[in-house]
Amino acid sequence: MITATATEKETKNYLNAEHGLKSWLLTQDHKRIAILYLIAVSVFFMVGGLMAVLIRLELATPAGDLLDSNTYNKVFTMHGVVMIFFFLIPSIPAILGNFLLPLMIGAKDLAFPRINLLSWYVYMLGGLFGVFVLITGGVDTGWTFYTPFSTTYSNGYVVMTAMAAFINGFSSILTGLNFIVTVHRMRAPGLTWFRLPLFVWAHYATSVIMILGTPVIAVTLFLLMLERGLHIGFFDPAYGGDPVLFQHLFWFYSHPAVYIMILPSMGVVSEVISTFCSKKPFGYTFIAFSSLAIAVFGFLVWGHHLYVSSQSAYAGMVFSILSYIVAIPSAVKVFNWAATMYKGNVRLETPMLYALGFIGLFTIGGLTGLFLAAMGLDVHLTDTYFVVAHFHYVMVGGAVMGYLAGLHFWWPKMFGRMYPQAWSKIAAGLTFVGFNLTFFPQFILGYLGMPRRYHVYPPEFQVFNVLSSAGASILGLGFLIPGIYFFWSLKNGEPAGPNPWGATGLEWQTASPPPTENFPITPVVTAEAYDYTEILSANAKEVTHVG
Amino acid sequence: MMEAKSFQLFPEAASTIAGSVDGLYAFLVLVSAFFSLLIAFLVVFFAYKYRHRPGVAFKPEPVDDHSAGGMLLEIVWTGIPLGLSMIMFVWGVSIYFSEARPPANSMEVYVTGKQWMWKIQHMEGAREINELHIPVGRNVKLTMTSEDVIHDFFIPAFRTKADVLPGKYTTEWFQATKVGQYHIFCAEYCGTKHSGMIGTVYVMSQADYNTWLGAGSGEGSMAEQGQALFNQLGCGNCHSNAVNLNGRCPNLNGLYGSKVDLKDGGSVKADEAYIRESVLYPQSKIVAGFDDYMPTFKGLITEDGMLKLIEYVKSLGAKNGSINSATSAPVQTGDSPQSKAKPQGKPMAAPVAAAPAGNR
Repeated sequence: MITATATEKETKNYLNAEHGLKSWLLTQDHKRIAILYLIAVSVFFMVGGLMAVLIRLELATPAGDLLDSNTYNKVFTMHGVVMIFFFLIPSIPAILGNFLLPLMIGAKDLAFPRINLLSWYVYMLGGLFGVFVLITGGVDTGWTFYTPFSTTYSNGYVVMTAMAAFINGFSSILTGLNFIVTVHRMRAPGLTWFRLPLFVWAHYATSVIMILGTPVIAVTLFLLMLERGLHIGFFDPAYGGDPVLFQHLFWFYSHPAVYIMILPSMGVVSEVISTFCSKKPFGYTFIAFSSLAIAVFGFLVWGHHLYVSSQSAYAGMVFSILSYIVAIPSAVKVFNWAATMYKGNVRLETPMLYALGFIGLFTIGGLTGLFLAAMGLDVHLTDTYFVVAHFHYVMVGGAVMGYLAGLHFWWPKMFGRMYPQAWSKIAAGLTFVGFNLTFFPQFILGYLGMPRRYHVYPPEFQVFNVLSSAGASILGLGFLIPGIYFFWSLKNGEPAGPNPWGATGLEWQTASPPPTENFPITPVVTAEAYDYTEILSANAKEVTHVG
Repeated sequence: MMEAKSFQLFPEAASTIAGSVDGLYAFLVLVSAFFSLLIAFLVVFFAYKYRHRPGVAFKPEPVDDHSAGGMLLEIVWTGIPLGLSMIMFVWGVSIYFSEARPPANSMEVYVTGKQWMWKIQHMEGAREINELHIPVGRNVKLTMTSEDVIHDFFIPAFRTKADVLPGKYTTEWFQATKVGQYHIFCAEYCGTKHSGMIGTVYVMSQADYNTWLGAGSGEGSMAEQGQALFNQLGCGNCHSNAVNLNGRCPNLNGLYGSKVDLKDGGSVKADEAYIRESVLYPQSKIVAGFDDYMPTFKGLITEDGMLKLIEYVKSLGAKNGSINSATSAPVQTGDSPQSKAKPQGKPMAAPVAAAPAGNR
């Protein structure tokens, strides 16, 4: 891996502590496991991205001229399955969370290092099932697996795909369990709950959703496999089942899963904005508790996916009002982030650009959620491109922008090297512009009535589809450039030093990259989180609330 | 109208409900634009005004967000979004209730979804595929079911849709306000040719509609076709409409819309779902005073045929006379105490419209 430059003395860190493939595949170091996740998740992101390229190429014209209908259906299904289960859900928690949680709380590792390694192997096993389906012919159910299409009528490897997601779920559960125990039991002396970084709060809330929600999707997918394989009737009316029951069970997990994707991003953004304003986040406690509020209320809104599915109108009303209530904590966070910048020391470094991009895109994503929560309006909008645009604003504009903000923020910590600043700012700009050009036209398409998952569409929808495909090529470039310079920086980047951004967290007070044991001496925390006074006065010298 | 518009920002509005949906949409667009621009302005303004100046020492003011001012801000930016979102909630619910509840005087049309086509049956017997002819200015209620997977009957110009489920009846209603042609889309992903499961609504003047209905092929009304099926399946051997033969089976006269007492002590409203269940799964709800005698007709009857049977049972008179009074074509069975006069104009079948040509 990384060798020290000639001017630098060889220091032992987690990357060069041991060598050889075995030392990586059998490691129990949370930082190395995070790197394993980083590699695997990046590969899946490229696979999912390739599917997106095919989708946008096909939709550039109204006719189905690039792919046939079955292939198109398989492509959008694999795009959804790979991006959600194998990229978005593990991205921030399993990579950044794994790497940073122990560092941020002054611990040597997670509570259960072996379970942490197991979670990666479980993830890879699920991934192998996914890759198998991909290679052998795919599946055409959509990532939502709606019954009875999936259980009785679909062509393709439904059971294998469900198995991939089923297995992958256990990896989430193990990670969530590990995080919760770690935060409870392994905080450094003096690190009280309300001195925790907001990143830790966000991951704690995420972990609660992971361990409460994921078992439900596991059971649901298991029932799906039983019906598909053994014709035991749960969902198909032909076997005496109820197809809408599946939708209830599926969204009971899959709506909270959206918060599994977005809450960690919110944690990243809170850290980044605070650092690049040299200010404590405004409303620390409100941001911390809004994460927990989202985790709790997120479980009570699944029925807003079912307004046109023959669900009772009164049930729909309850889900509608709760959906509005769950939106409030997100709004509170956005206002608090903006207020943090007030009278701050604002530096528009690359991670900050991504974080500000997050605020803009997530705001639009969140606000368009209000359209879909309104029952009478959702009847028109549901299952159209409006929904596609909305959840891409939340999941790509929100979760992925947050992930990129975090990756750019902590990359120097993870590998001890800086990446080229000019290129990274260009990439952040391209991503923001490309994203909006890709997905904003889809809001208009949706209100015009273009249904989602359409391989072929009426010609009057073409203009906005062409805009969208054009934007996607810019967005693709925006994702490609970081891939190149990150790789380049591993050997060629400027040495970063322990705290290149002037940040306050404990992770910045150890070397970059950190030693295997994280801290030579266990730190003792004596101050509140986000106390910038000493950093500002000492001008990025080693700070001293570490005993 | 759906033809030849290569660019539009806003869809055609052609139903009574479309205006109110568009109104709520406009309100939400305004609120969203206001908050998006507010946040964008604050972020850009703060990023410029409070930008880092090299060489100038930055002294953060001590942060106290638990001060009275900080608390006030938190309360304000929690309260205002909460208030606005409650307006959206109530507005959305009120539109939903008018969308979800068909008016009592609606004319009825039956829809069966099937991979990958829409089969439509009119009460008067007309049948069509992937096309729906309706008169302008009348409330139209669709009763829908699926033969296979879940579909969704979506007419963007009418701003309404509803899932079409196997084993269940769902309804959707609208009143078209403009003569013209509008898209029908299947909006719930249903497999290979999902995007080919599209069709056209033809909204016609009442006179044109009558002409269209009148170009019939003489298969008889849905109720008449249902009666033929009723006889063919031998239902009348027990469910005699003349008398309770030997008390084996309940009489069907006046059944539709009535409250049926069950053997287990409960009761059920005799709607479409109940009739369907009683034909396919007769054991599941036994009428009080009768035994578990009837065999299942599962596999012997199609979803289209089931709709015809239901229409026949409805024609035997309904407890709630308003349910199908507008357009029903009751059959003259002679023994139906509540049978009504035939509506003016002979019920006739129109030719089955174009074969599923658009089903690529």
